Amino acid sequence: MNSSALTNEIEDNIVMSITGLCKSFGKNVVLNDFNLTLKSNQNIVVLGRSGSGKSVLIKCIIGLLKPDRGSISLFNEEVSTLGDEALDQLRAKLGFLFQSNALYDSMTVRENLEFPLRRHWIKYNPTEVDVLIKEALTDVGLLDTIDMMPIALSGGMRKRIALARTLILKPSIILYDEPTTGLDSITSKEIIQLIISIKQKYHTSALIISHDMNCVRMASDLVIILLDGKCYACDTFENLKNAEDQKIKQFFE
Amino acid sequence: MKGNDTILLFLEEVGLIGRFTGKFLSQWFKPRYEWNELLRQCYVIGYKSLPLVGMTGFIMGLVLTMQLRPTMLSYGVESQIPAIVGISIIREIGPVITALIFAGKIGSSIGAELGSMKVTEQIDAMEVSGTNPFKYLVVTRVLATTLMLPVLAILSDAISLYGAYLGVNINGVTSAHLFWMQVFDSISFNDVLPAFIKTYFFGFAVGIIGCYKGYYSTKGTEGVGKSANAAVVVSSVLIFIIDLLAVQITELLGYN
Ligand SMILES: Nc1ncnc2c1ncn2[C@@H]1O[C@H](COP(=O)(O)OP(=O)(O)OP(=O)(O)O)[C@@H](O)[C@H]1O
Ligand SMILES: [Mg+2]
Repeated sequence: MNSSALTNEIEDNIVMSITGLCKSFGKNVVLNDFNLTLKSNQNIVVLGRSGSGKSVLIKCIIGLLKPDRGSISLFNEEVSTLGDEALDQLRAKLGFLFQSNALYDSMTVRENLEFPLRRHWIKYNPTEVDVLIKEALTDVGLLDTIDMMPIALSGGMRKRIALARTLILKPSIILYDEPTTGLDSITSKEIIQLIISIKQKYHTSALIISHDMNCVRMASDLVIILLDGKCYACDTFENLKNAEDQKIKQFFE
Repeated sequence: MKGNDTILLFLEEVGLIGRFTGKFLSQWFKPRYEWNELLRQCYVIGYKSLPLVGMTGFIMGLVLTMQLRPTMLSYGVESQIPAIVGISIIREIGPVITALIFAGKIGSSIGAELGSMKVTEQIDAMEVSGTNPFKYLVVTRVLATTLMLPVLAILSDAISLYGAYLGVNINGVTSAHLFWMQVFDSISFNDVLPAFIKTYFFGFAVGIIGCYKGYYSTKGTEGVGKSANAAVVVSSVLIFIIDLLAVQITELLGYN
């Protein structure tokens, strides 16, 4: 196979496919037959009301929660069948931004960013690690906080550090749980730009959970509306915005 | 009915702790080894509890001597004070008091630390970023408590005995040479070894219970408080249970 054919194939390669995903907590049915496919170099934004199960969805994807039924396959590997070792290998290709940031509060910003690099402890030497950390911090505009503790940062700064930590290994699929929540509009535009530029630079795919219409408009190739545990609609931003359906309209008002 | 539920809950808890311990036993010797974190934990856990353990040990030795004195005097065996105090400190009081103080200080802080990491999803974040949180957090802490408590107990014994020496000298004059000779003459290998071995188990119990309570902390800040509290209560009770078992075992083996 020559290289251009290979690139073509990667272009419309499906990197993630979810079929019939169900998850409930006791009597609380959160996801009920949810389907989704994510292609390579595609950003999908998931819209849904608070408590509709968006965070649960991406936690199932990364294997922090076990789905009750249904299949999740990443790079053609079924997540539920993987052993610890294989799951770990797979996760190396995934980035996950927690809604709560989940920064290690007993470590400095530098140590926080170093942590994901421990996975490759042989691959990088200390100077390379330093370069990577500084690069990631520069991307989010917080290079001067490198030796601070997370507790000394504002909420928005913490979000950006968490984002830097997610992106430091340049994962192929990135799962963002509300990347712009709690940021002012200028910073949030910068973050959206960062998300877009990462996609262009590294040809990553992303699943973005967001309520921020700017983010939805600018960063999405496709928008999915999560309603009653199902994928209620899946289309481009423009199409959904002009949709007649009352339930879809609510989200764009 | 209610009693039944309590018993069931208790048994369930015992089962879960057993499983957690099993997980530790099956994981601790497997790579990857978190040496740096282990050393850091040994430093934090061992070195930082030193002042507290030293102080309580000193007071115990001093007070015990002063309390024993009137009785010993009335039996006319005042000269046996160093021997009696030495045996009781080394066999029982040193290890148990040190372990209890250790449970209060370290058990609660491990419970609270892991509990708040759990609640704020930091443990999940570790898992996602390719570090086994059980190895990184639990194995290192349990090993550190297991290794550090015996060291602390020995130091505490020594400081206690020094306290006892001062206690003896408050009312009379005993030379240091005579005091230490009396202490060491009365102590045999069979006094020291079982007491030393049991401190490993005390340390293990404090570490395992603290980690278990924190690692499975329920959501919310209240859950963190509960974890810290339960860690201290359960590990303190466990220390006494282990102590009880230890004395039975040494008795059976004829080392008592
Ligand atoms: N660990 C859990 N145990 C029990 N129920 C849970 C758990 N995690 C989530 N839920 C429930 O799942 C539902 C969906 O939660 P989720 O966090 O996914 O919402 P969300 O769509 O991310 O909302 P938001 O936009 O507010 O973040 C909620 O009803 C919640 O109560
Ligand atoms: Mg959420």
